[in-house]
Amino acid sequence: MLLSVEDLSVHIGVINPLSDLSFGVDRGQILGLVGESGSGKSLTAMAVMGLLPLIGGRISAGRILFDGTDLAKLPEAALRGYRGRRIALVTQNPMTALDPVVRVGRQVDVMGRMHLGLSADEARRRTIELLTRLRIPEAQAVCEAYPHQLSGGMKQRIVIAIALAGEPDLIVADEPTTALDVTVQAQIIHLLGELVRDRGLGMLLITHDMGVVAQVCDQVAVLYAGRLAESRPAEALFEHPLHPYTSALIGCIPRDGMAPGSLHGIAGAVPSVARYPAGCRFHPRCPRAGEICARQTPELTELTGAGRLACHFPLEGTHG
Amino acid sequence: MSLPRSLSPLGRAMATPLGGLAGGWLILVILAAVLAPVLTPYDYDIQNLPQSFRAPDAEHWLGTDEFGRDLLTRILFGARTSLSVAVTSILISVAAGMILGALAGYLGGRFDRIVTTLVDLTWSFPEILVALILVAIIGPGATGTMVAIAVAYLAQFTRLTRAQVMAIRAETYVEAARSLGASDAHILIRHLIPNALAPVLVTAMLSTGDAIILEATLGFFGLGAQPPVPSWGSMMSSGSALLFKAPWIIIFPGLAVAAAVIAINVFGGALIAALDVRSRPREG
Repeated sequence: MLLSVEDLSVHIGVINPLSDLSFGVDRGQILGLVGESGSGKSLTAMAVMGLLPLIGGRISAGRILFDGTDLAKLPEAALRGYRGRRIALVTQNPMTALDPVVRVGRQVDVMGRMHLGLSADEARRRTIELLTRLRIPEAQAVCEAYPHQLSGGMKQRIVIAIALAGEPDLIVADEPTTALDVTVQAQIIHLLGELVRDRGLGMLLITHDMGVVAQVCDQVAVLYAGRLAESRPAEALFEHPLHPYTSALIGCIPRDGMAPGSLHGIAGAVPSVARYPAGCRFHPRCPRAGEICARQTPELTELTGAGRLACHFPLEGTHG
Repeated sequence: MSLPRSLSPLGRAMATPLGGLAGGWLILVILAAVLAPVLTPYDYDIQNLPQSFRAPDAEHWLGTDEFGRDLLTRILFGARTSLSVAVTSILISVAAGMILGALAGYLGGRFDRIVTTLVDLTWSFPEILVALILVAIIGPGATGTMVAIAVAYLAQFTRLTRAQVMAIRAETYVEAARSLGASDAHILIRHLIPNALAPVLVTAMLSTGDAIILEATLGFFGLGAQPPVPSWGSMMSSGSALLFKAPWIIIFPGLAVAAAVIAINVFGGALIAALDVRSRPREG
């Protein structure tokens, strides 16, 4: 396992927005971390990057094993050696992720110079190689452009290039396509998939879009209100979702040939951290909820096939 | 407007009609100040009493003062004092203000509180009062004036830089740089200061105009450059007593101050537009 998160809990002051999260990412593999806004997805990314102190948060329990080292125990100075060099973040919004007054070529160069000790010329040569690899036409000219002169899709490619320029082993992509046009989304998603397989990287893909997950992910972990609902291989999960929440999320993907009005949402909203319901946090919105769901938190259990599930009344009634 | 993109912000400011006019005047004044000894046949400090109080004519274009010295010559030499004191003091003020402001905005905590309190303290007095107090402490003369003006404007550059840095610190690209392993120094020097620079430079440009007025004011009170070295302020001061006898003695230095300050303000306005990278024309 390249990255293995075990029983991770995060506290911000006294509130506990994320608890008992476990998942693993292997080289050449994409793990999709799915959930609605407020489910704790981005917090997970920050925890893995060691950036929780920026928002006043801390890891209160659990381990983040990266290549055998527990990142949760490392001091800030040691973590800096990992960021960008071993683990790189692709941020949410490419429109604001680039410095507006620095030419984009330089923003990519600096990674190679900072992390790999390259000379300015070498770094630029690699930048142009990388941009060409990311199918940016006229890479040389693009290097001289300022971010505002590029389209959204182009900017996201630059952001990805910056992440790749330090030759990391793991990429954490936090909603990499949310701010883009649907047509560009597919291109970027496939590009990311290709990179992961060609270079043997691991990728943690954070998204609320089940459609994106269905396209590229090998493993899926579904988060609801700061807890893991279901975590299984993608194919099995999409074929037979076990958790009612997963099933409802899949029901939200628009499909070809749907009758008008048949696309469903999930009634209600993710509860705020201050008002998590007792028992299973999904029970107020769950069509299968029984009396026990309001009282007792469902245990996260290993499935006999592969994966984990936390539900009292899973669909199909079987554990695996 | 399609301008060649190779121009620097200064070049693009010069390429607008008003900016060109104002910039042209400033260049003319600076050149005249630098070349003053070559441009004029007269000395700025030799008294020639028979020639005193001559109205402007072909020999003395702007007339002579109460000691018979050529007024144009004194204005040219006065420009050296006024401009160099104003520009140097603003440069000191900007450099010190940016360092203090950037550190305060980035580090926060106790350092920020100390800097903010000190800066607010000087901010609560009018600049002229701060400058007068400092000149009183340091002593009159060019150096004293320079330090006094620099400290008088320090507060505004510190506050501006601090506010800019605090706003930019929250931008995604700063968080992104950190998540990619950049150090505090790298973030401060490569991202925060360059992004905070444009408004600070424009304010510096406009403040240079204010500094010329402040320098003239201190000169008017006799606290600036000491006689016989001319400055626009001290020239106006000696002319004020002779307002009805020889009005040109006060009018021409006054016009010199006004023209320089207006030119700086207009040029500063053109620079605001030119400094914004986002206003640059799209490439290919």
